[in-house]
Amino acid sequence: MSEYKTTIGIECHVQLNTATKLFSAVDNDAVDKEPNSCVSPIDYALPGMLPVLNKAAIEKCVRAGLAMNCKINLTSRFDRKHYYYPDLPKGYQITQMYQPIIGAGVIHLPDGSDVHIEHAHLEEDAGKLTHFGTYSLVDLNRAGTPLIEIVSMPDIHSAAQARAYCEELHRLMMYAGVTNGDLYQGNMRFDINVSVSKTEELGTRTETKNLNSFRSIERAVEYEVKRQIEILESGGKVKQETRGWSDAAGKTTSQRSKEEAQDYRYMPEPDVPPVVLEQSYVDKVAASMPMMPDEYRSKFGLLNLDHSESEAILNYPILAKRLNEVCDRNIKLAPRVAHWFSGVLLSEENQDKNFALATAEELTELSEMVEKKELSSTGAKAVLMEMYDKKNTAKTAHALAKEMNLLQENDEGALEAIINEVLTAPECAKAADDVRNGEMKAIGFLVGQVMKKSKGKANPATVNELIKKKLQ
Amino acid sequence: MKIADKNTKAVDLVREALEKAKEYEDYHCFISMNEARALDRAREIDEKIARGEKVGRLAGVPYALKDNYLSREGVTTAAARMLDNFPSPITSTAVAKLEAEGAIMIGRANLDAYAHGSSTENSYFGPSHNAVDFDRVPGGSSGGSASAVALGIVQFALGSDTGGSIRQPASYNGVWGMKPTYGTVSRYGVVAMASSTDVMGCFANNAEDVDLVMSIMAGKDPKDSTTLDNFWTRELEDAKPKKKKIGIIKDFLGDGVDPDVVKTIRDYAAKMKKNGFEVEEIEMPIMKYGLAIYYIVQPAEVASNLSRYDGIRYGHRASDITDLDSVYSKTRDEGFMPENKRRIMIGNFVLSSGFFDAYYLKAQKARTLLINAYNEAFEKYDALVCAVAPAPAFKFGEKTNDPLQMYMEDVMSVPPSMAGLPALAAPAGISKDGLPIGVQLIGPRQSDQMLINIAKTIAEAK
Repeated sequence: MSEYKTTIGIECHVQLNTATKLFSAVDNDAVDKEPNSCVSPIDYALPGMLPVLNKAAIEKCVRAGLAMNCKINLTSRFDRKHYYYPDLPKGYQITQMYQPIIGAGVIHLPDGSDVHIEHAHLEEDAGKLTHFGTYSLVDLNRAGTPLIEIVSMPDIHSAAQARAYCEELHRLMMYAGVTNGDLYQGNMRFDINVSVSKTEELGTRTETKNLNSFRSIERAVEYEVKRQIEILESGGKVKQETRGWSDAAGKTTSQRSKEEAQDYRYMPEPDVPPVVLEQSYVDKVAASMPMMPDEYRSKFGLLNLDHSESEAILNYPILAKRLNEVCDRNIKLAPRVAHWFSGVLLSEENQDKNFALATAEELTELSEMVEKKELSSTGAKAVLMEMYDKKNTAKTAHALAKEMNLLQENDEGALEAIINEVLTAPECAKAADDVRNGEMKAIGFLVGQVMKKSKGKANPATVNELIKKKLQ
Repeated sequence: MKIADKNTKAVDLVREALEKAKEYEDYHCFISMNEARALDRAREIDEKIARGEKVGRLAGVPYALKDNYLSREGVTTAAARMLDNFPSPITSTAVAKLEAEGAIMIGRANLDAYAHGSSTENSYFGPSHNAVDFDRVPGGSSGGSASAVALGIVQFALGSDTGGSIRQPASYNGVWGMKPTYGTVSRYGVVAMASSTDVMGCFANNAEDVDLVMSIMAGKDPKDSTTLDNFWTRELEDAKPKKKKIGIIKDFLGDGVDPDVVKTIRDYAAKMKKNGFEVEEIEMPIMKYGLAIYYIVQPAEVASNLSRYDGIRYGHRASDITDLDSVYSKTRDEGFMPENKRRIMIGNFVLSSGFFDAYYLKAQKARTLLINAYNEAFEKYDALVCAVAPAPAFKFGEKTNDPLQMYMEDVMSVPPSMAGLPALAAPAGISKDGLPIGVQLIGPRQSDQMLINIAKTIAEAK
């Protein structure tokens, strides 16, 4: 079975986070809103209503295109794609069939492979239907939300690579700031085209639509590859069709065959003039783009982090940005910050923290305090959480540590005074003697006494060293 | 234009119009009347005048509104069962601008359902009648508007023109009708027919009134991305032709054109010559393809624009529905007139996969050639002249069973529509049977006022 080659192309719909919809001036954010409360007469497709293009969506498109190293087409146009469904008020979707705004490009995946982008076009989303027993309800809040549909070339050859591509696409869109990126809310939805073949010629493909988690993408590809190989091995033919994925069943099922495919009767959209951009505008947008995951990767490569650790951080643009800023301040102090991010901040219980709160300056200072043994690593984590918990970011890490009474006593003079006191105390005489006689286990008791006397501020390692020096 | 002032009460103007509308009720110019609201508005204007406040340029002027314009006053039907009883929550930009200048809508004028037709015989509510000959059609699709102006019920009326829907009824009823440059007046709030050629224009009894109404409606509208910056800014007398050269389109003077129509155009040309214009006949062979281009592009856009009438959100919905398919098929079967369905079928056919290139794409290429031919002609001439339609108004039922004959009505009016050019219909002659015959003046984009200026010059000349 291993001689089959898998070929995958992926279409991804990204909902843009513009303030208003693509062709009307109503709120584009329908999360937690009453059904049909974010609907203008244009979205409702009243007679005589005309679409008015939202220019902010164009800028988001340019940003998304640049993030994928795509050519930006200076002239693009809209077309109408016709079909009847109650969630499509006009009876057509305004999309870009012939002249999309985003041209060819390429995405570099973390494993070093490249996936080429065929094109990406701007279009409007449809509404949502909820089915009940004998009736269905229509919610048009989402109708008219701007979407870009990103079409990849069939450059993907495994389920793992498919997942990696989708994850990287998600990162790129987040970095470009064009989407809220909430997969659960359907901000990004994926259609996977899968085929298998033993020869150079591609096999018949199926399209599995509307996947909305990275895990389901990987599972659906695995399932489809297995299913198609089984069909071919038993002498059958794969049918070209649209399939749906059931997460619960872990299966794809047939939805619509090629013969039943609709004729969308595409037509140029006469109500929206062509979008004509100046190169200087594209250049201006390019200059405003932030650092992209690839650039961060090459920088973080210097920190000797685990691959999974740096990729986890890269999933959060704000954390990547902070880590990079710490690198720029003092690269030696950065790995510790990276560990804090991946080990502490990204743990389940801290997902609700506002990751933007701590500044690079504070994080660098905190790392430096540990470096200088002014703070134990446990103490540092406590300060770190405080930084992200409260909005008291005006305070320095040092001030916070002091306020939390976590500063370690590293002044050897002051420590020596305490140690002398401990060593001469009658209750410690036996332990001191034991250490003098080479029974090093007893040193723990002495260190503990010093810690107690210093009210926890002494650095235990330093105390340990000092006691050893004194008794040997 | 008779406008309300200290001596003329708006209420009297409106009352007079309403009385005339009643007097000519048989002509069925209107689908619904706006009596109470019109009188209220008239009183408001009279009070303003009495208080010495400023009133608009159309203060108290009653007008008829083609019933495909949305307005919060009353219901908009587009003369289709599909929109029977549709109270619009918005008012179209054109209507809002007129009302801001004090114009008063007294009723909704009849039309062919969804503006599909050349006779108003496709109205769900029954046809209107020609103002000159009751047994004949008023033309269409803006037949009710044209007839209402010609009967003297109102001083002006609004129409919409996709392929001749203002010019042809103007010609049939002997009134002035302006189809402006594409994008002159906002299409916002007007039931769409074919978006790439739909324009909003008006009917009136003389050149000045056309110019005044159009100057008010013209201008950029952020709600319609295809509108142009307002170019309707000159005094009419300042919009004189520079070259004083006119081309008479020879291709529309030959076979299939009524001899009375040919004579009217030749007489008009002679009158122009007499009044200082250089007049030549020009051959434009591409004109004969205009109709074929139009009856591919227009139904395609019609089919698309009518997709929204699905019985889900507003308008008519069939009662005996069983599933989603029947919501669509029964609703649309009941809601649309046969001519609407014919265009939906043609439109979907020319857009369907496998036929798109052969029909729609080819038509768009031919459309470009048509535009080029006009551009070439306008290098030499200020304006082109031809008839509006091949013959004067026809009798009811004469063409209803032959859709192709009906489409031939549009042969002279659709070419400027496909090119987005301004075209003015002005009364020019009378047939042997006493029926009005109009002349059509076509100019380069945004030369609208110049066309009115030329037609006015000729109308006033001996």
